[in-house]
Amino acid sequence: MANDLETAAHPENLRRVAIDPVSRVEGHGKVTLLLDENDRVHQVRLHIVEFRGFEKFIQGRPYWEAPVMVQRLCGICPVSHHLAASKAMDMIVGATLTPTAEKVRRLMHYGQILQSHALHFFHLCSPDLLFGFDSEVAKRNIVGIVAAYPDIAKQGVLLRKFGQEVIRITAGKRIHGTGSIPGGVNKNVSVDERDYLLQDIEQIVAWSQSSVGIARQLFEQNLDLYNNFGRFKAHTLNMVRKDGALDLYHGGLRARDMDGRTLFDHYDYSHYWDVIFEDVKTWSYMKFPFLRSLGPENGWYRVGPLSRVTQCDFIPTPLADRARQEFMAFNGGSAMGATLGFHWARMIEMLHSAEVIRDLLHDPDLQGSDLLSKGARQERGVGVIEAPRGTLIHHYKVDDNDQIVRCNLIVSTTHNNQAMNEAIRQVARQYIDGRRLTEGLLNHIEVAIRAFDPCLSCATHALGKMPLEVELLDAAGGRVDVLTRSSDGSFSCAA
Amino acid sequence: MNETFQLDGASVPFEPGQTVMQAALAAGHYIPHLCYHPEFKPHGSCKLCTVKINGRTMASCTMPAEADLNVESDIEELNALRRSLVQMLFAEGNHFCPSCEKSGNCMLQALGYDLEVHATGFRHLYPDRPLDATHPDILLDFNRCILCELCVRASSEVDGKNVFALAGRGITKHLIVNAESGLLKDTSMALTDKAMQVCPVGVILPKRVGFSVPIGERRYDQRPISEQALDDAPRQPVRGDGCAACEE
Repeated sequence: MANDLETAAHPENLRRVAIDPVSRVEGHGKVTLLLDENDRVHQVRLHIVEFRGFEKFIQGRPYWEAPVMVQRLCGICPVSHHLAASKAMDMIVGATLTPTAEKVRRLMHYGQILQSHALHFFHLCSPDLLFGFDSEVAKRNIVGIVAAYPDIAKQGVLLRKFGQEVIRITAGKRIHGTGSIPGGVNKNVSVDERDYLLQDIEQIVAWSQSSVGIARQLFEQNLDLYNNFGRFKAHTLNMVRKDGALDLYHGGLRARDMDGRTLFDHYDYSHYWDVIFEDVKTWSYMKFPFLRSLGPENGWYRVGPLSRVTQCDFIPTPLADRARQEFMAFNGGSAMGATLGFHWARMIEMLHSAEVIRDLLHDPDLQGSDLLSKGARQERGVGVIEAPRGTLIHHYKVDDNDQIVRCNLIVSTTHNNQAMNEAIRQVARQYIDGRRLTEGLLNHIEVAIRAFDPCLSCATHALGKMPLEVELLDAAGGRVDVLTRSSDGSFSCAA
Repeated sequence: MNETFQLDGASVPFEPGQTVMQAALAAGHYIPHLCYHPEFKPHGSCKLCTVKINGRTMASCTMPAEADLNVESDIEELNALRRSLVQMLFAEGNHFCPSCEKSGNCMLQALGYDLEVHATGFRHLYPDRPLDATHPDILLDFNRCILCELCVRASSEVDGKNVFALAGRGITKHLIVNAESGLLKDTSMALTDKAMQVCPVGVILPKRVGFSVPIGERRYDQRPISEQALDDAPRQPVRGDGCAACEE
């Protein structure tokens, strides 16, 4: 199923259409479609056109630098990388976090979930959702939203601002702070800082609740479209707390197949490689992770808000859990498998984040002074966190001189790579196949990508594995020679 | 102390034996500098402290103060040259402030901000300078070395260990470790050494404490280097005691 429309059987006579760049996403990507003379679709691919080399150039650096360096992967959810690397380094230094350290980090993380989800829903996606996928392109942006829906726009901007303020207070800066360090944090939350955030938290919770209402209303008003747009069945992966609750900071891995059967549960992520493996394809810098037990062809899966909200047993804050139950019950559970269900689930998580922040702000441990811990030094460290876009894995090996010698990052968008490709192929089948192309139709492809909230800039890591082919042609266009680098890095030359 | 010279139109008193830099800082007048340190003899290598004295350019850290000198420092002509010098230092090494643990405590970075260096200016050389992480407590990140020789001087003059030296000529000049192996683990360098405290950039670092000071509490977070340096300067050098210009 997944490979249908991935590679056309005879691409030579097909017309190529590119959506380049994909707009209103983080990073740079493009989509290519191959169409025949009757506008039938033969191939659809999502390409990530930039390359990031973090796994390579972090080698040799001191381990305590990693949490600060790797967050430069992204400007939207750098806290995810900051904390995932910190958790890995906690293992390296043998630390068990103090209550203050863990709660300050959780506050930072949920602040980030709040701001990132607000940014994604309001700034990047609401133009599609409120105006229509094929509405006037000149107005289909955040400026158009400000003009047409000023209250919604203001709500989105201020929700994001609050999340950014939480990050500033816990990390030192709104973007790319330094608050989390191996073994703990470098500051607590002062009484003044706490009181500053408490001033607005009730409003933030209320706005988050109304945001869930907006997402629900969109489904209710366009039930057929929202239920069926880019719909496909997928396995899921996410992290859950020991009692099965949604926990975006820490827990064990849970994977379920597309029919809801549990593949593994509460799996200790420090051995993630026993259950997840990464495949490399010839046409993308991005790797294709899969569940080992299902194999590379069928083992791809979906991560992120939709998986988390539907696969956790409950959400441990009352308003968000009630919203989750309504989401699950809506129209016989149809939204749970809908690509656009991501948005509704995302708003439920934003509400949960607001509630968690409120609870944490009333916790006196935030003002504690015991910030750091350490124990027996380890060689390997794995940190996993549920980032706004899904499960994020950081894995490091550190030598006796404290230098990083190996690094592997599996980011949320990489987990979703095949799922996103499947979503856009489904949309191509539904809306593009056999029809004359328009900008509005092509935007349907982008709407499907945006539902995943992909972070394209941090997702490309297939260093040295990207196959290349260089052709030498004569003046008449005939092939004289071809140099090929295969995915294992070996070269071959064939005339 | 009744003799004075003129610095940017202000009278600056001085004592016999003081340099223009020493007298200026003691009197509350900042002249940008990197290789100058109140505890060590002037070095005159970074040239950031270049001033115009009676129309001629000179290093203020090596120029003896004299009565009635007319010194120009805070003028656009010189500040433009200082910006270029800072840009060249950034281009010669590998200074990645975003992930450097010395950020906020780094004199080069602070000078860049203070002089309003907004662009790189020169093509970066990206030299290959591997770290020396062999010492159990100390990390050497040569990527950030600006060849000020403060560590060389501190290790030799105060610690009596001669751990560091400069080798090579011209653009290939670089900091080395005086050991048969060339590695820090084979020296007697210790965390308590003066050489640990004087590096103005992020070369000589205690291990495993990076980023432990939060943003907002670092040396140059609250005040620019032009103000911070004035607090450091008036202290008279007393070997063995703490120095305001040094890292604790």
